[in-house]
Amino acid sequence: MNKLITVAPSPHIHSGLSVQKLMYGVIIAMIPALLVSIAFYGIGAIAVTLISIVSCVSFEFLIQKFILNSQVRISDGSAIVTGMLLAFNLPSNLPWWIILIGAMVSIGIGKMTFGGLGNNPFNPALVGRVFLLLSFPVQMTSYPVPKGVSTPYISNIEGFTGPTPLGILKEGLKNGTPVSDVMKELPSYLDLFIGKLGGSLGEIAGAALVIGMIFMLLRKIITWHIPVSIILSVYVFTGILHLAQPSQYADPLFHIITGGLLLGAIFMATDYVTSPMTPAGMIIYGVGIGIITVLIRVFGAYPEGVSFAILIMNGFVPLINRYIKPVRFGEEVSNG
Amino acid sequence: MLKTFAKGGVHPSENKLSAAEPINDLPIPPVITIPLGMHLGVAAKPIVQKGDEVKTGQLIAQGNGLVSANIHSSVSGKVLKIDKALDASGYKHDSVIIQVDGDEWLETIDLSKEISDTCTLSSKDIIQKINDAGIVGLGGATFPSHVKLSVPRGKKAKYLIINGVECEPYLTSDHALMLSKGEELLTGISILSRALRAEKTLIGIEDNKPDAIENLRKIAGKYNDISVHALKVKYPQGGEKQLIKALINREVPSGGLPVDVGTVVFNVGTAFAVYEAVQKNKPLFERIVTVTGKSLSKPSNFRVRIGTPVKDLIEAAGGLPEDTGKIINGGPMMGKAISAMDISVVKGTSGILILNKNESRRKPSEPCIRCSKCISVCPMGLEPYLLMTLSEKSLHERLERDKVMDCNECGSCSYICPSNRPLLDYIRLGKSNVGKIIRMRKK
Amino acid sequence: MNTVILYTILSLSGLGATAAIVLFFVAQKFRVKEDPRIDEVEEALPSANCGGCGFPGCRNFAEACVKSDDFEGLYCPVGGNETMRSVAKILGRDAVEQDPRVAVLRCNGSCDVRPQTTYYDGTATCVIASALYGGDTDCQYGCLGFGDCVEVCNFDALAMDLTTGLPVVNDVNCTACGACVKACPKDLFELRKRAKKDRKIYVACRNEDKGGIAKKSCEVACIGCSKCFKVCPFEAITMENNLAFIDADKCKLCRKCVPECPTNSILEIGFPPRKEKVEVATEEKKVKDPNGTVSEEIIKNKEE
Repeated sequence: MNKLITVAPSPHIHSGLSVQKLMYGVIIAMIPALLVSIAFYGIGAIAVTLISIVSCVSFEFLIQKFILNSQVRISDGSAIVTGMLLAFNLPSNLPWWIILIGAMVSIGIGKMTFGGLGNNPFNPALVGRVFLLLSFPVQMTSYPVPKGVSTPYISNIEGFTGPTPLGILKEGLKNGTPVSDVMKELPSYLDLFIGKLGGSLGEIAGAALVIGMIFMLLRKIITWHIPVSIILSVYVFTGILHLAQPSQYADPLFHIITGGLLLGAIFMATDYVTSPMTPAGMIIYGVGIGIITVLIRVFGAYPEGVSFAILIMNGFVPLINRYIKPVRFGEEVSNG
Repeated sequence: MLKTFAKGGVHPSENKLSAAEPINDLPIPPVITIPLGMHLGVAAKPIVQKGDEVKTGQLIAQGNGLVSANIHSSVSGKVLKIDKALDASGYKHDSVIIQVDGDEWLETIDLSKEISDTCTLSSKDIIQKINDAGIVGLGGATFPSHVKLSVPRGKKAKYLIINGVECEPYLTSDHALMLSKGEELLTGISILSRALRAEKTLIGIEDNKPDAIENLRKIAGKYNDISVHALKVKYPQGGEKQLIKALINREVPSGGLPVDVGTVVFNVGTAFAVYEAVQKNKPLFERIVTVTGKSLSKPSNFRVRIGTPVKDLIEAAGGLPEDTGKIINGGPMMGKAISAMDISVVKGTSGILILNKNESRRKPSEPCIRCSKCISVCPMGLEPYLLMTLSEKSLHERLERDKVMDCNECGSCSYICPSNRPLLDYIRLGKSNVGKIIRMRKK
Repeated sequence: MNTVILYTILSLSGLGATAAIVLFFVAQKFRVKEDPRIDEVEEALPSANCGGCGFPGCRNFAEACVKSDDFEGLYCPVGGNETMRSVAKILGRDAVEQDPRVAVLRCNGSCDVRPQTTYYDGTATCVIASALYGGDTDCQYGCLGFGDCVEVCNFDALAMDLTTGLPVVNDVNCTACGACVKACPKDLFELRKRAKKDRKIYVACRNEDKGGIAKKSCEVACIGCSKCFKVCPFEAITMENNLAFIDADKCKLCRKCVPECPTNSILEIGFPPRKEKVEVATEEKKVKDPNGTVSEEIIKNKEE
């Protein structure tokens, strides 16, 4: 059969792009944030990440091999990405068995029940994270104190666990403290941006996440539409609120560099499978995430809302894909 | 900033292996097979019979109906038979098979070498001459040129656009032509412009052929309405609609023709054929063909008589390499893989590309990860991933609504897909099914 | 606490009742009046919704039956005469009967007799391959073997034979709905009149090439020699484009043509073996089918 010439429809060449290449690109983009996390949280960060990745990949393998009896596709790297993203959303001192449950929910419920890569409507890592957040609220919100951070805001509250800046803000506002006073207790924005704040593994280092985003943009793994539209819409929305009542609402920059916003905007919302296909759709999706995030953060019960916002907008993706079409050639007739 | 089209596009490695090669004449084979249906539209009607003696350039088949083209003998000799023969379409079709006996040209053809660059014929006469010469679009679409030149009433071709883009990787036949036949080419272009009464003529050439741009610019200086434009290298810039967008920033509406935005597009090869037909009375019976491939020992550009079997070309370019995996009639993006080597060169054959074994197999198709890269590279602003699914499920109404008929089959989507999905295979299927439905509705 | 539950139950029940009343009146007002016979006819149909009758589904066919006066052009191939009789009875008209038919594949170019000349590397469906070229053998008329017909068959009557690379029709399951006829881009399926014991004789070839070329591309191709045409006492065989065709309506299954064929392209199926006769190729082949149904049927046919 090898001697015969091949006949196939065009095109006869391929770019060489593959799912693996894209997935490993995302993994490389996450490494700076992981390094920062290791620097601040030490061995805990490594342990959580490794457990999460290994368990996600093993669950995918087991499900594909023994339950679905389908081709094993763990080498495509998507389970590693899910594992890493799940770890990025967890505190670095989480017990191993909770991570295992999270990985099982992520891969088992979030991904494989829908038919595996390409068919899941919701971001698997976020499904796992939200499941854990609702099931183990205490463990999931008790963050260890980052190394080398000894600002008063941490020593104020219960020794070992450091709440997130957003948590402090929410708590402060509940007690009637004006925003400016709460801010005094928090480190400077620059410190927050390089990771000196409490939070889950991946979300603390805004700067490292932005480096990852630039890498992914340069390698054309993602387009600018989703991250930029999320960040801009959060900026604009919180900006309006802040201008209207500065004592009640924190300023927009604070909202962007704290919490999971950058992690969500850069790595979670841009997940191929669960985000819209067209540029216009991506912007609608991004703005939706931005607005829902701010609504939850400012008016909701939870201090943080990025995960919920992304999951809610994931649900709208099929609708967006159905109705938001790309601009067809010949549609915008510019015949002047 | 170099001009280019706005939406989508990819940039495959150019691999213009034969770019520096001159055009050599290929020896005439002992037997040639001329398919009667080598142009878009209805196949031509043969007017010779078995046993007839024909001369080079003699009409052997007449255009049949409105959209059709004349076919001329490319050699002198005796008609062996008119029979079905395998052609580039992959099927057997009626062809005229001629036993070659020398190369005696028809007396009417001007054999002189001088370039005659003045043309005083009227538009109607020019079109008639082009019709007689059986000229079709030599870029690959093989649309009869006289039909294109007959602008429908009420429309005006303000711009004549000449396509020297050659955006397909590997192919260099147009490049070689622009380098060696610049004078003739420009004359041909001015004749076309005269026939159309166009106000402006724009020649678009991609920036990877600076010598061709320079050469044509130098010659175009003589004509005040012809300008040469360098374009950024991007596939599929050679597509009519993309080229118009790149050069004059107008978009041909969906389902429309270039003339709807006041343009007519011709390939440089066609313009050269027009020169020969109008100034030298020479019908279209030979063309320039690139024979190329990484494993080929001598990638070359040949002037080939129509009807020459592909294997002669490969032989002349150093013989078929050991590791041949695929033989393609045309470029790697839109060319058609051929199933046998005795298929003949036709009017639309711009190149013969030989891919080796490693390059020629597709990787297995994996599930779609919805990365939306196909949408971002589609030059027509379509959603290939969706069209493929709809076509697989035979949802023809939705396919039509999602503009499947706008697809120009450039293959950028299949080229970029990280999951190696056969997007274009299915889109093409959907297109043909929807096309059938539309035709039935019209009846 | 109890009051809360009470109010919840009451308000929800109230809501439900209101909605029910509204729905009832809306349904009354906007009811589409339909001929009740449509339902009855639909009931009598096989509800396979296969489209074999030319309508998208059984209901559309039922509507057409009710509207039509004489069943002109209306026939349910799946249900056959029995169904058409009961439909006619419901509508109080005379049934139009047709001979039952069965699909046959007019190609016998299995892998061993039809050498492969190219390797097809596109999407493995017949329509896409046939749009590209004639096929991976030199015969551009023959079966491509990607099984588009198997895919469309709703009645489990077609299965791919992996050794021959050709689909096999299960005569018992085949309802002659015609889905395979439409699906095959090479137009290889023919719906032939069913004969007694599902016996059939047909030219299993559609190659229109000249004899020499046809024979070169496939050992069992019809070479258009007209021997069968000459021997047929019933004028059931016609020759056109270098190809013989046996008209099932005229053929009396006398089997005279079969031994005449120099390339064994005429198949006889379902007959007892004759003396000193070379067995016909297809009968020997064992069908590999996961369910085992097809192979069983073929064995049964042989026994009969």
